[in-house]
Amino acid sequence: MCHVCRFGPALVAVGCIALAGCVAPPKEGSAGAESATLSVKGSDTMVQLAQAWAEAFMKARPDVRVSVTGGGSNTGFTALISKGADVANASRAIKPEETESAARKGVTPKEFVVAQDALSVIVNKANPITELTLAQLKDIYTAKVTNWKDVGGSDTPIVLNARESSSGTSTFFQEHVLGKGVPYAATAMLQPATSQIVAGVAEDAGAIGYVGLGYLNGSVKAVRLKKDAASDAVAPSIDNVVNGTYALARPLFEYTNGEPAGAVKIWLDWVRGPEGQAIVKKLDFVPAQ
Amino acid sequence: MATPKRSLRERAVEGVVFSGGMASIVLVALIFLFVLKEALPLLKDYPLSRFLTDRGWQPTLAPPEGPWFGLLPNVWGSFLVTAGAVVLSVPLALSTAVFTSEVAPSWLRDMLKPLVELLALVPSVAIGFVGAVAINPLVKDLFGLDTGKSAIAGSIMLAFMAAPTIATIAEDAINAVPRSFRDGSLALGATRWQGISGIVLPAAKPGILAAVMLGVGRAVGETMVVIMVTGNAGVLPDKGIWYAFTHSVRTITGTIGAEALEVANGEPHYRALFMLGVVLFTITFVLNAIAHYSLGKGDRRAQA
Repeated sequence: MCHVCRFGPALVAVGCIALAGCVAPPKEGSAGAESATLSVKGSDTMVQLAQAWAEAFMKARPDVRVSVTGGGSNTGFTALISKGADVANASRAIKPEETESAARKGVTPKEFVVAQDALSVIVNKANPITELTLAQLKDIYTAKVTNWKDVGGSDTPIVLNARESSSGTSTFFQEHVLGKGVPYAATAMLQPATSQIVAGVAEDAGAIGYVGLGYLNGSVKAVRLKKDAASDAVAPSIDNVVNGTYALARPLFEYTNGEPAGAVKIWLDWVRGPEGQAIVKKLDFVPAQ
Repeated sequence: MATPKRSLRERAVEGVVFSGGMASIVLVALIFLFVLKEALPLLKDYPLSRFLTDRGWQPTLAPPEGPWFGLLPNVWGSFLVTAGAVVLSVPLALSTAVFTSEVAPSWLRDMLKPLVELLALVPSVAIGFVGAVAINPLVKDLFGLDTGKSAIAGSIMLAFMAAPTIATIAEDAINAVPRSFRDGSLALGATRWQGISGIVLPAAKPGILAAVMLGVGRAVGETMVVIMVTGNAGVLPDKGIWYAFTHSVRTITGTIGAEALEVANGEPHYRALFMLGVVLFTITFVLNAIAHYSLGKGDRRAQA
């Protein structure tokens, strides 16, 4: 039997009970000894960012404890809707179906842009390819093209790395590169975490993958993207997101249940304020405007 | 003979043992019913024929094209990885069992047996990590592949996990063959190897089969290792069996393990994962039934 599906509901239940116990807002007026606990959950792209926020935030506000978990944007929305998290991190906007199912549970998701990102396409360092058009990228991820020589590279089979279906990055890439409702090639390997895409692309000469800007490092090479064959090739960078030229720029969101209040409001104000946005820059993401 | 007091105590003990035994049966039945109850509403949104024959698993693909909940790539991946694990682990495990029970001197046997059993206790996430760091690159270089994340890497790691289970149970089966069988074959002038291969192993066959089935059950149900080393691409074979072995696959357990915590209770994706659970439950149930049946057959023959 599968362990996860048997324990999954139990875990969620335990999580809910724990939260119900802790999140009781410090309403008792003035006497200030109460501490609040905040659970932030979702996007794997944002998990390092959210952890860095939490660390700095808890130094500034020792009365609020923040716990951060990843798992993917879907995981965050699922938790927010089932009241298993106070804040959902998401690397994509909420879907209408999710808003509906939230409404049925009495949850009204409210959206905040907390940072921006350039979704970066990475290849192995040995790959001579330096730029791709969005159309070529679509052909690669739908397996219309299976060898690098067909997009101007060397004669090497392409190894596709994508993220699991829980990933907002995966959904964003699907909608903006493949087109809504267009399936990934069956041969795409679905990695459970962004770090595994970076590791796989660093390891395999023919590999391609996509990661958030903050995950770029010396072990892989970021490809410059062209919106179409005629346009300029643009590298994923903070500047190119700000000036609007990068094709796969995207906002990163936090969602709350209704208008934020109490600890949730303190958190969001801080994250969107100068201190939170300085950390966004430090982790190589792009500040929200 | 029995005093009333003792028989009372015996009845109490009997009652405890009986209800304990029944509880585990009831528990298994309840789990199966729960999984089934969560799974079946899927068929309202997604007909059984599509679940059984669709060639793709893309649960978040947007309508109208998606979502796709195809059983086939998942079952194929589980089958391929497990079959490879059996081919690799059975000869290894049976040699170990024959060596420890028939050939090794007793001091060596006393050392080997606990070591083999210890191997069965290594946590699967540790084995998966070793696989991802060491076996994937090795497989890639050995077979000249584009990536090491492949069915065969999964098979190798699962063989490591299944072999100790198979070896210890098979060894028990071989040990259960009466001493007189061996003495008889030696007295008739057979060599030791002739005795092992012609008399002892055939006599232990039902137990060995049961051992293999339990090993297969362990391999089919393993989750963490396959998520870490097989790459999780839900493909069906269209270029031959060796091509399939040396490329990425997605298993039933891998799909459930990777997706179960993300889905919202009650949506079709959630139902589809439970449907995979039903399939997995059925597979392991059949394997256990075969193991149980062949063990029972062995007992009857030994008594005859």
